[in-house]
Amino acid sequence: MAEPIIQLTGVNKWFGSFHVLRDVDLSVAAGERIVVCGPSGSGKSTLIRCINGLEEHQEGRIVVDGVELTDELGSVDRVRREVGMVFQQWNLFPHLTALENLTLAPTQVLKLPRAEAEERAREQLRRVHIERHADKYPGQLSGGEQQRVAIARALCMQPRIMLFDEPTSALDPEMVKEVLDAMLELAQGGMTMLVVTHEMGFARSVADRVVFMDQGRIVEQKAPREFFGNPEHERTRDFLAKVLPR
Amino acid sequence: MKRGRLSWSTRSGRALAWQAALLLLLVLCGWALASHAAGSLAERQIRTGFGFLGQRAGFDIGEGPVPYGPADSYLRAFAAGLANTLRVSLLGILLATPLGALVGLGRLSRNLLLRGLCGAWVEVLRNVPLVIQLFAWYLAITELLPEAASPLLLAPHVFLSKGGLQLPLPALAGGLSLELPEVTAFGVQGGLSLTPEFLALLAGLTTATSASIAEVVRAGVLAVPRGQAEAALALGLSRRQLVRKVLLPQALRVIVPPLTSQYLNLTKNSSLAVAIGYPDVVSIANTAINQSGQALECILLIMAVYLTVNLCTALLMNLYNRRVALVER
Ligand SMILES: Nc1ncnc2c1ncn2[C@@H]1O[C@H](COP(=O)(O)OP(=O)(O)OP(=O)(O)O)[C@@H](O)[C@H]1O
Ligand SMILES: [Mg+2]
Repeated sequence: MAEPIIQLTGVNKWFGSFHVLRDVDLSVAAGERIVVCGPSGSGKSTLIRCINGLEEHQEGRIVVDGVELTDELGSVDRVRREVGMVFQQWNLFPHLTALENLTLAPTQVLKLPRAEAEERAREQLRRVHIERHADKYPGQLSGGEQQRVAIARALCMQPRIMLFDEPTSALDPEMVKEVLDAMLELAQGGMTMLVVTHEMGFARSVADRVVFMDQGRIVEQKAPREFFGNPEHERTRDFLAKVLPR
Repeated sequence: MKRGRLSWSTRSGRALAWQAALLLLLVLCGWALASHAAGSLAERQIRTGFGFLGQRAGFDIGEGPVPYGPADSYLRAFAAGLANTLRVSLLGILLATPLGALVGLGRLSRNLLLRGLCGAWVEVLRNVPLVIQLFAWYLAITELLPEAASPLLLAPHVFLSKGGLQLPLPALAGGLSLELPEVTAFGVQGGLSLTPEFLALLAGLTTATSASIAEVVRAGVLAVPRGQAEAALALGLSRRQLVRKVLLPQALRVIVPPLTSQYLNLTKNSSLAVAIGYPDVVSIANTAINQSGQALECILLIMAVYLTVNLCTALLMNLYNRRVALVER
C-alpha cells in the first residue's frame, strides 16, 4: 500500500485529568473516505480536530501528508494548508459576504491577487450550486446554504484532505440532502475525507471504511458492509441498534 | 396590529395621555423653579443675562491655538478655553484608541509576560483617581526632566524638558518648510511648543482612558464566538490575520457603543485640567466667575458646551456604529 496521507500512532490526549483519546491508531490512504461514528462524548470531534492542530495531543504521533504535528514553528501551518475543515455550526464569517468568505484565506494566506481569488471562489460556489447567493451575507442564507458556502470556503484553499464534524447535525431535515449531495460529489472527485456523522445512509453509500469510537478508543474499523452487517463488538451493536432505523 | 380609535380604551391612546401628563408636570416644575430663582436673584440684586460676554475680560490665558489677549472679550476667552478643551480631548481620543486596543489585545495574548504587563497597566490606571494621575504626570514632567536649557533630544529637532515638548512646525512661508526649534541659553525657542500642563493632561487622559478602552476591546473580542477563530485558523490564517480580519471587525459592533462612552468620559475628564493649571474651558469659566460674579451664566455656558460637544461625538459614533453593524436576515 502507498504511504498513508494521515497516520496516527499511539495518540493520547487529556483535557485536564479527563482522558479523552486513548491509544488511537489510525491510518488513512490518499483518496480514502472514512466515516467516524460513536456515542456522544466519545472523542470524535477531538480526534479530527487533532488532525489539523485545533487541539494538541500530548502523546503519540500525528503525521499528515508527510508533516508531523509538533510544536515546531510552521508545522501546524503546513498541515493546515493541506487540510480543510467543515464545522457543525458552519462558522461562516458573518461580516463578510459569501464570496468574501471564500476569498479571505486565498488572498491572505496564499496571497492570490483578488481577481484570481474571486474566480476561484465563484468556481467553488458553482460546484455547490450556490453562486447566485455570492453577494449575500451569511445571515441572509438558510442553514443548508450556509453549510454549502462553508464547504466551498474550505475547498478554495485546494486542500488534499477534508474534515467534516457533523456537517448536517444542525440542519433541518429538508436541508440535509443538499449538503450530503455536495459531499457526495466531492467524494466522487477523489478527495480524502474524514467525516464525523450520524448519517448512516451516507456511511453505507460513500464510506470506504467506518470507524467506531467509544470512550476515547477506536473500538472497531471496517468496510461499511461488514460494519453494518456483522459488527464484532457488543458496544458497536448497542450503538447501531440506537441509530439505525428499524 | 390594527390601530383602534385614539381613546382611553386603547393601548396607544393611554400611552399618549400618560406622556402628555408627564410633559405638563415637567413644564410646571421648570416654570416654578425658574420664577423662584429669578425672584431671589433680583431680591439680592445679582446681575443676570449674557451681556457680560461682550465685556473686556482682562485676564491672561497661558496658551492655546485661538489668539487671545487680556484686552479681548469674555466671549473670546471662552472660545480660547473651548479650543484648548477640544485640542486636548481630540488628541487624547486619537492616542488612547490605538493604545487601548493594543493593551486590550495584549491581555488576550498567548505570551504570559505581555499579558501580565497589559493586565497591570489596566489595573493600575483604572484604580488610581485621575486627579492623582494628573498630579503625578505634572510632577514627573516639571521635576524629573532636565532644565529647559539642556533638554533631552527625543528625535532630530524634538526636545523634551521642564519647559515642555518642542517639535518642528510645518510652515507655509514660500513653499512648504519646517520651522525648527533651537536650543538657546533661555531654553528651546521656535517650532511647535507644547507646555508641561498640556503634556501632563494629555498623558493622563490618554493613559487612563486607554485602560478603559482596553477592557472594552477585550470584552468585544471575547464576545465573538469561539467557532470564528477556529474556522479562521483551520483555513490557515495567522493569529495576526485572525485578529485583523475576523475578530476585530466582528468585535466592533460590541465595542463601539461603550467606546463612545469612553470618548465622552475623556472629554468630560479634561475638565480636571483646572487641577494642574491648563486653561481649558472650565478653568476659564472659573476665572470668569470670580471676576464677573455671573456664576449661573458661566455654568450654563459650560454645560451647553459639553452637551454640544458630546452630542456631536455621540452622533458621529452612532453613524459609525450603523456601518459596522451586521447584516441580518
Ligand atoms: N475543551 C474541552 N475541555 C474539557 N473537556 C472537553 C473539551 N472539549 C471536549 N471535552 C470533553 O471531551 C469529551 C469528548 O468530546 P468530543 O467533543 O470529542 O466528543 P464527540 O464524540 O464529538 O461528541 P458529540 O457527538 O456530542 O459531538 C466530552 O466528554 C467533552 O465533554
Ligand atoms: Mg462532536
